[in-house]
Amino acid sequence: MIVSAVGWGLCGFAFLLVAVPLLDLVLTVVIKGAAAFSIKLFTTSSNGVKGGLLAAIVGTTVLSLGSLVFAVPIGVGAGLYLSEYGQNRLGSVVRFLSDTLTGMPSVVLGYFSYITMVIGFGWQFSALAGSITLAIMIVPYLARITELSLQRVPVAMREAAFALGAQERTVAFRVVLSAGLPGVITGVLLGLAISVGETAPLIYTAGWSNYVWNGKFIHQPIGYLTYVIWTFIDQPYKSAHALAFAAALLVMLVVLAINIGVRLVLRPKV
Amino acid sequence: MSLPDDPPASAVPIKRKRSRFELGLTGIALLIPIALFVIVLFLGQYAWQAIGFNGIRFIGTIDWSLGNLYMNPVVTRGYSVPLGANYGILAFIVGTLFSSFLALLFALPVAVGTAIFLAEAAPERLRPALSLLVELVAVVPSVVFGLWGIYVLAPLISHYIGPGITAVLGFIPFFNIHNSTGSGFGLLAAAIVLALMITPIIATTLYDALRQVPRELRESAVALGATRFEVVTKTMLPTVRVTLVGGVVLGLGRALGETMAVLMVSGGALNYLPKTLFTPISTMAAFILSQLDSALGDPTNMAVKSLAEIALVLFLITLAVNALARVIVRGATFVRNV
Repeated sequence: MIVSAVGWGLCGFAFLLVAVPLLDLVLTVVIKGAAAFSIKLFTTSSNGVKGGLLAAIVGTTVLSLGSLVFAVPIGVGAGLYLSEYGQNRLGSVVRFLSDTLTGMPSVVLGYFSYITMVIGFGWQFSALAGSITLAIMIVPYLARITELSLQRVPVAMREAAFALGAQERTVAFRVVLSAGLPGVITGVLLGLAISVGETAPLIYTAGWSNYVWNGKFIHQPIGYLTYVIWTFIDQPYKSAHALAFAAALLVMLVVLAINIGVRLVLRPKV
Repeated sequence: MSLPDDPPASAVPIKRKRSRFELGLTGIALLIPIALFVIVLFLGQYAWQAIGFNGIRFIGTIDWSLGNLYMNPVVTRGYSVPLGANYGILAFIVGTLFSSFLALLFALPVAVGTAIFLAEAAPERLRPALSLLVELVAVVPSVVFGLWGIYVLAPLISHYIGPGITAVLGFIPFFNIHNSTGSGFGLLAAAIVLALMITPIIATTLYDALRQVPRELRESAVALGATRFEVVTKTMLPTVRVTLVGGVVLGLGRALGETMAVLMVSGGALNYLPKTLFTPISTMAAFILSQLDSALGDPTNMAVKSLAEIALVLFLITLAVNALARVIVRGATFVRNV
C-alpha cells in the first residue's frame, strides 16, 4: 500500500514537473508581453532597440503565408498520392523519406537554403528564400496529416463514386478530398503554426530588416517576430526586453490558438 | 457444364494502367525524396573541400580557429587556408551528446510518470484538459523556450538549483557551481530546456500506448490480487516497453538537432570541454547558427565549408537516430494524429 501511494504521488509530481514550467512560461510571456502592448506597437516599426513591431508582424505574415503557397499544393498532393496510390513500395519509400525530412534539424535546412538560394541563386536574404525554406519544413507534416485524414474516408464512398462513372480526378478531389477536408485544414493550420514559430531556418535566409516589407521577393531582407525575441532579449535595455516579450506573446497567441483550436474542434467526442 | 477455360484470376498478374492523374500525383509526391537528396547532395558538395582539408582532425580536435584572417592565405595540406586555421568540432560533439543524454535522463522518468498519471490517475473529466496541457508543451516555439530559459531558468539555476546541488554534492568537482562562472547559462540549463521539449514527445507516445493495453490483461492482473499500481508497473508497462524505447529515441533525435533554445541558454562555449554541470557548452546545431557570421570573414571560404560539414554530420546523426526510432516502432509516424 505504501509503495502504491508513493508511486502515485511520484506520477502526479512528474505531471507537475511538466505542467508548471508551461504555465509559468505562458504566464511570464502574457504578463510581460501584455504590459508592452500599445497602439504604437502595431503601427510603428522597431528603430534600434525601441519602437514597435509593425515590420516584424508584416514580415511574419508574408513569410508564413508565402510558405503555405508552396507547401499546400505539394503537401496535399503528396498526401493524396500516399493515401490513394501509395499502398506499395514507392509509397513506403516516400513515407520513410518524408519522416526523415521532418526529423532534419531546421538549422541544417537553413544552411542548405543559405548556400543554394541566398548565395548560389544570388537571391540574397529575401522573403522568397525564407518562404521556400519554411515550405520544405512543413511539406512532410502536411503530407502525412493529409494521408492520415484521407485514409479515414470510407472506401465505400470511393466505390460509389466510381460506380456512378466518375473519373479518378473527380473521385480524388470531389469525394475523397472534400470528405477529408477537416483533416487537411488541420494540417494546413498546424503548418502555419510551425512557420510562425520558427527561427533557426530564417536567420540566414530571410535576414532581418527594420523596415516594413516593400513587396520585393528577392534582394530584400525581411523582418519577423521570432528574430525580435532572439536578439532583443540579449540587449541590456528595458525597451528591447519589452519588445521581445511582446513579440513572444504574439507568436504564442497564434501557436496556442491554432493548436488548442484544432484539438477542441476535432477531438473525438467519447 | 464446363467452366470457362480462363485461368483463375490469381494466376494473371493484373497490370493496371496508370492514369495521367496518378502519374501527376506521383510526381508531386516524389518532390519530397528529391528535396531530401538535393539537400544532402548540395551540403556534401559544398563541404567536400572541408572534408578533404579537415580529415580526422575534424572530429578529433577541440580547437576551432579561423586562423589569421589578415594575412594572405597559405597552402596547408594542399588547400589554401588562413594561417593557423583548424576546424575541430570535438567540443561541440561532446556538448551535443552530453546535453542530449542528460536531457533524456531527466525526461524519461518524468515522461513515464506523466503518462501513467494521465492514463490511470487523472479524473476522467479532467483528462482531456490535462493531456492537452502536456501536448501544448511540445508546440511552444523553441525561441520562446529560450526566452523563458534566459529570463526564468538561468537565474533559478544560478541562485537556487546550482547552490542546492553544490550543497549536497559539492565535494565532487563536477557538481560544484563554484568551479564555473555561476551565471546559470550552461550544460544544466541546456539539458533542462531540452528535457522540457522532449518530455511531451515521450509522454504522449507512451500515453497513447497505455490507453490501448487490452482490458483483459488488466482484469486478469487485478484478479490475481495486484494493486492498481502493480497493474500499471508490472503488467501494463512491460507490454508497451517497445513503444517507450521508440518514443525515447524519437525524443533524442529532436534534442540532438535543437537549435534556438540551446543557443540562448547554453552560454556558447568555444574550444573547451565542460568540466562541471554548470559550465557553458556549445552544440553542433547552435554552433552552425552562431558562427556563420564570423566564418564569412574567411576569404578562402574554408570556415563556411567546415560549417557545412558540421551540418552534414549533424544530419547524418539525426538520420540514423530517427531511422532507429522508426525501426523500433514500426508504423509509427512522426506526425501525431490529433
